[in-house]
Amino acid sequence: MTNYLVQASNLQKHFGDTHAVNGVDLNIGSGEIYGLVGSDGAGKTTTIRLLVGALLPDKGDVTICGYDLRKQTELARSTIGYLSQRFSMYEDLTVLENIRFFAEIRGLSSTEWLPRSMEILEFVGLDKFKDRRAGQLSGGMKQKLGLASALVTRPRLLLLDEPTTGVDPVTRQDFWQLVIKLVSQPAIANPKSQIQNHESNGVSVIISTPYMDEASRCHRVGFMKKGKIIAEDTPSNLRAHLNGRVLELRGNPINILRHVAHQDEDVEDVAAFGDKLHVRVRAGKSSLIMKRLPKEIESAGGELTELRAIPTTLEDVFIALSEDQ
Amino acid sequence: MSLPVIYVENLTRRFGDFVAVDHINFEVNAGEVVGYLGPNGSGKTTTIRMLLGLLEPSEGEATVLGFDAFRQSEEVRKRVGYMSQKFAIYDDLTTLENLTFYGGVYGVNDKARIQHTLELVGLKGHENTLTRDMSTGWRQRLSLGIALVHEPKLLFLDEPTSGVDPTARRAFWDLIYELAEGGVTILVTTHYMDEAEYCERVGVMRDGKLLAMDTPTNLKKSIITGDVWEVYAHPLEQGLEILSAMPGVERVGLAGDHLRVISSKVGKTAMKGLLSREGLSVEKIERGEPTLEDVFLALAR
Repeated sequence: MTNYLVQASNLQKHFGDTHAVNGVDLNIGSGEIYGLVGSDGAGKTTTIRLLVGALLPDKGDVTICGYDLRKQTELARSTIGYLSQRFSMYEDLTVLENIRFFAEIRGLSSTEWLPRSMEILEFVGLDKFKDRRAGQLSGGMKQKLGLASALVTRPRLLLLDEPTTGVDPVTRQDFWQLVIKLVSQPAIANPKSQIQNHESNGVSVIISTPYMDEASRCHRVGFMKKGKIIAEDTPSNLRAHLNGRVLELRGNPINILRHVAHQDEDVEDVAAFGDKLHVRVRAGKSSLIMKRLPKEIESAGGELTELRAIPTTLEDVFIALSEDQ
Repeated sequence: MSLPVIYVENLTRRFGDFVAVDHINFEVNAGEVVGYLGPNGSGKTTTIRMLLGLLEPSEGEATVLGFDAFRQSEEVRKRVGYMSQKFAIYDDLTTLENLTFYGGVYGVNDKARIQHTLELVGLKGHENTLTRDMSTGWRQRLSLGIALVHEPKLLFLDEPTSGVDPTARRAFWDLIYELAEGGVTILVTTHYMDEAEYCERVGVMRDGKLLAMDTPTNLKKSIITGDVWEVYAHPLEQGLEILSAMPGVERVGLAGDHLRVISSKVGKTAMKGLLSREGLSVEKIERGEPTLEDVFLALAR
């Protein structure tokens, strides 16, 4: 018996000629927050749907909390909370009525769901709004209601498919604090865990996101491309691949700086950030370029006022991985 | 010509008792890329709607490209492009059909110009794709194309990159810069602080008020007066609680696998001491640089 809460091996799913998911392996530990990133159409949402059991894989197996998703579907699903990209709620029902609806679909009796709902609403900070109609909630509050609905069955695994698209930074901070609390204090999700099938008690989270500042909040990140996970590691290890290879340039006029950087054969990518440029250079060429660029810019009639290596971000890693063939 | 492209003075909009936009003042000059930030419901979209002449100001005035935004709204709309949060494109039409339709709305029937717009937004070769089959990134380009087909001098982009992946966003911003270089002025709202970093100037709204508008560098200098610390301690959640309650700490937030602390009074030794006494393992505490997210969180709370 392993300590993984989720194990998926060689997951495959076709839609017609499209290999949406093409051999995905996942091993997610208890208490782990795992981020799934990749371009549009890379297979993130399909992977999540295969893990929820909303889609059947063509090939491959999924085990969740020790239950085989194919053979013990109901048991496996009873351990999952799922928040989809566009989670649906009844706008003319109140907050509490919405949660009740989700709880009852999942087979919770009224003696169970009411105390449980109040506990969850308090946890997400919606307890004062329990009688407000869902249609009258702000975007951030709707999102918390979605999370609360996914948590009402005390899941061991929380699957979040792009939960923060279109949400402002303040709300996103709040949302992430909730996610981290869930993982670090499993008692909130599972005060009286009834699952004996698994030794430890931690909640795990798998989250897909197009935003790299969110991905960097995960313990591990899997980068998907064309249905495969092509890189998987902690954010800091992923960033380490590009250490020293991202340079920041300031100077005048910025257009000349940009054109010169673009033309340098050891420059892989140039991005403008307002009054500065970020330039990604080939491995091992940083010091060479740092000597060469000032001269090139000067002879092109520009003036360089600042040139330094800066810490790499996951966004840099994403762009670099997307370009690699 | 040195008149500002957008000139806003005491602009105010009330809905009943609710003040959605509260006496804001700013100017945007030709060729500038200006970011407009704020929490959901802070008044960003209402501001844009007034600048487009779709809503009458309750007080104050807005001049856009030299015209009064409300009283001369037709003149304004002929010259500005608008890309809204929800892309209004017809799912069952192709790329070209959508663009032709919207071109017609603006009185643009010139086929060459429509082709040029397709090329500009990188959709050449996809003229006959049904838009419902396109990815979010492509739909976003088409939506931008629609906003550009009548060659506006000023472009309003309202959360244009919501849900779009980093590669597509990068391509989108390259296009924005290309337009700005060609003299188009751009006002863009976004929830993503890395994108705000792309802007030459950034305004932050809260509760209808424009709290600040300046370059990203100046905003960081003027708003974040404390030191920024990156704290790597486990468990993270406990660290967040302890440091939030620590006297002298201005703000604690989650940043990836660590905490960001802003304080002008508390230093490394004090934080390390407290966390260790509380039984946390402290991996390291190092200096950080202020970001626009720090600015946003400082102003928006």
